Amino acid sequence: MLELSCRQLRDDIAAGRVKSVDAVEAVFAQIEKHEQTIGAFVSTFKDIALEKARSVDAKIAAGEKVGLLAGVPVAIKDNMCTSFGATTCASKILENFHAPYDAGVVEKLNAADAVIVGKCNMDEFAMGSSTENSGLKQTVNPWDNSKVPGGSSGGSAAAVAGRMCFASLGSDTGGSIRQPASFCGVVGLKPTYGRVSRYGLVAYGSSLDQIGPFGRDVGDAALMMNVIAGHDERDSTSVGADIAPVADCLVDLDKPVEGLKIAVVPQFNAGASDEVQAAITAALEAYKGMGAEIVEIEMPHIDYAIAAYYVIATAEASSNLARYDGVHYGHRTADPKDYFEVYSKSRAEAFGDEVKRRIMLGTYVLSSGYYDAYYLKALKVRNLIRGDFTAAFEKADCIMMPVSPTTAFGIGEKTDDPMQMYLADIYTIAANLAGVPGVSVPCGFDSGNMPIGLQIFTPAFTEDKLLRIARMYEKEHQWHTKVP
Amino acid sequence: MSNKIDEAQARQVAKLSRLDLTDDEIKRFSGDLSSILEYIEKLDELNTDSVEPLAHCLPVHNVFRADVPKESLTAEQAVANAPERYDNYFKVPKVLDDNSGA
Repeated sequence: MLELSCRQLRDDIAAGRVKSVDAVEAVFAQIEKHEQTIGAFVSTFKDIALEKARSVDAKIAAGEKVGLLAGVPVAIKDNMCTSFGATTCASKILENFHAPYDAGVVEKLNAADAVIVGKCNMDEFAMGSSTENSGLKQTVNPWDNSKVPGGSSGGSAAAVAGRMCFASLGSDTGGSIRQPASFCGVVGLKPTYGRVSRYGLVAYGSSLDQIGPFGRDVGDAALMMNVIAGHDERDSTSVGADIAPVADCLVDLDKPVEGLKIAVVPQFNAGASDEVQAAITAALEAYKGMGAEIVEIEMPHIDYAIAAYYVIATAEASSNLARYDGVHYGHRTADPKDYFEVYSKSRAEAFGDEVKRRIMLGTYVLSSGYYDAYYLKALKVRNLIRGDFTAAFEKADCIMMPVSPTTAFGIGEKTDDPMQMYLADIYTIAANLAGVPGVSVPCGFDSGNMPIGLQIFTPAFTEDKLLRIARMYEKEHQWHTKVP
Repeated sequence: MSNKIDEAQARQVAKLSRLDLTDDEIKRFSGDLSSILEYIEKLDELNTDSVEPLAHCLPVHNVFRADVPKESLTAEQAVANAPERYDNYFKVPKVLDDNSGA
């Protein structure tokens, strides 16, 4: 049963051929077997999940209409608020925080009759690329336990790859869905900024953060997208149908894009390891075989994306994380001598190194005398980067490149040098600055049997087309059917 | 290598950030921030004189709604996570000292 797609499982449950309770039991048997090693979850909710599964089964038995994810066990990243359990962001500062409400996406999962089995580990406050910055636990890659799962949504990716849920949600601020999807051999989609409500998503970089799905195949990512997309008046940056109606990502998924034109930037592929390069080249050849045309382009400003990102994201983070003050919720230092220490000691005791580093950097670039030189400059470069995407989409339907220069690296390999970790995000970060959607789809394995991801971008609010393009490749190659 | 951010500056930034850091952390972060800022200066290679800053990518700007009260959290829910509370209030140490004359 664990190998069924979400679509198949949902149909089987809705038709009464499979009980949701049995699917939930199967998932928890898998969690009990592997979680000790993989460490994908911060918390799991067996009792709540079984209760929900029983209620879905009862609805079906009574002949009631059920939702798009009826009875399907799913997981979410632990930076999405839930009215049950804790919402920790994998931070000691929120270790005991119990949100009084559900995030917009959690409401949508509930309305679709999904069963949430657990909340996934991540880099603290989504700051990182390996999940090693979690303040609570370590997650390893299901394909090789000495390797990182990627990050920051490492737990969400590992849970799907390890068959400990059927699909999951992550968030992506600079690659945090696509890179772990690539490292763990699953499909990961970062939607257009504004497509999915951020209401109840703990903020990191508010102009960059976006929630998106992990699925074992493109179809499951499309199904999850159909569930979570749409306007939410509680998130003023979520976009309504007046600007961009929500497209059904599943209905035409198997319809190839006729006359597909693919833009590639030759030096990007050349910047990846030999094995990643070879896999990307082979994928491009496969598209050519399907009649696609490859257009070589330049994106001259992408080289500046990491620099612009670490100004903008940290500036936004320093402001967003000011709310952790030891007063309203979260950790408070034991014996403050004055109100200043309530803030400064509470924060110093409970934030991890990377969070402190980014708050410091963001505070610095926003401080008087440096604002124009760093922050304003970065916002201007952001505009140039968006221009690179606009120009590319005038010449082609989509852009393709690697997700990451390498496959999953070893645990501890990059933790000593923050710059090294940052530079590995070169291919993913620009899409967040430009707001466009991007997907990682499995496109092979390296000699160590570690998954490689192909990254595809399309213009804003065209997730349906993006997934159709990804599906064209997946249909022919079936890398996604391999299991760790 | 001279640091772009020396330890005194790092201490000032830590204060603005409300982070009570140890000497060891100050030392480490002044080095880390210096090398990150050095990398960020790459942005100066680009001439952006005629480029508008882009704060976000959406075709929407101010979003207003009618000013009507809606269901919200109860006071109990709002303070439920407080580290320290007194009835439905957040409890904090004294902000002004006894000799402040306030």
